[in-house]
Amino acid sequence: MKLVFALLTGLVFGTGIAISGMMDPAKVLNFFDLAGTWDPSLAFVMGGALVVTFVGYRLAWRREAPLFGGRFQLPTSTDLDAKLIGGSALFGVGWGIAGFCPGAAIPALGTGRWEVVLFLIAVVVGFFLRRVLLTVTPKGSTS
Amino acid sequence: METAFTPLTSFGGGLLIGLGAVLLMLGLGRIFGATGILSGTVFVENREELAWRLALILGMVLAPGLIYVVTGAMPTLNVPVSPAMIVIGGVIVGLGASLGSGCTSGHGVCGLSRLSIRSLVAVPTFMATAAITVFLIRHVFGG
Repeated sequence: MKLVFALLTGLVFGTGIAISGMMDPAKVLNFFDLAGTWDPSLAFVMGGALVVTFVGYRLAWRREAPLFGGRFQLPTSTDLDAKLIGGSALFGVGWGIAGFCPGAAIPALGTGRWEVVLFLIAVVVGFFLRRVLLTVTPKGSTS
Repeated sequence: METAFTPLTSFGGGLLIGLGAVLLMLGLGRIFGATGILSGTVFVENREELAWRLALILGMVLAPGLIYVVTGAMPTLNVPVSPAMIVIGGVIVGLGASLGSGCTSGHGVCGLSRLSIRSLVAVPTFMATAAITVFLIRHVFGG
């Protein structure tokens, strides 16, 4: 049941990504192109998503535990460190170059487009680079 | 290229994205962060977490097919980006999002609605660098 629930959850999220326009790089890049062919649509995606999570999360947390057991696992770190800020800055640069982000590219795989496959392979190479960087970083700078 | 302003479908898609994030919290107690889910799956960071992550990803990938069955058309996906730039952008996205512990879904949707201080810093950071990157590519270097 837990896996069926996870699959349906992914389907809901992916359908939202597809309907919203988030998986269309032309639309994403236009959202950032304030000085050119600006398309503000994606602000409405973020607005819609935040309305639901802002209320829905608080309703979910009224339960003692998630439906399928375990506990609510929330990040507790409040460090505003160089990794957070530098990493986020880098992420934005890559997003602005390619027009895809990971949450949009995973559902976009289902369209069968080769550009999405290429992007996701590159993302995994990026993950790998980070792991290599981490292993050569001196101890004490954990995430 | 210009893209149509789609406030209604974008907002509706956003609601579904938010619903997906809430369902994952309600059912499994997890943040819906595409970077963590993809990286955790590819590198099998935790065997016990692998099954639900795979089910979630499968559900996401099935979404465009569902839309095709219901509407008769695949979601729009225009990629005005060269293969080389898709690869470069993808590597930077993977490196940056994993260093910064999140992307549009984890920091943008889940983190902002939790009022996480790290996400409140990360989101404006990556939105700004994405906009600067698009400006440079399209209006300074002539895209």
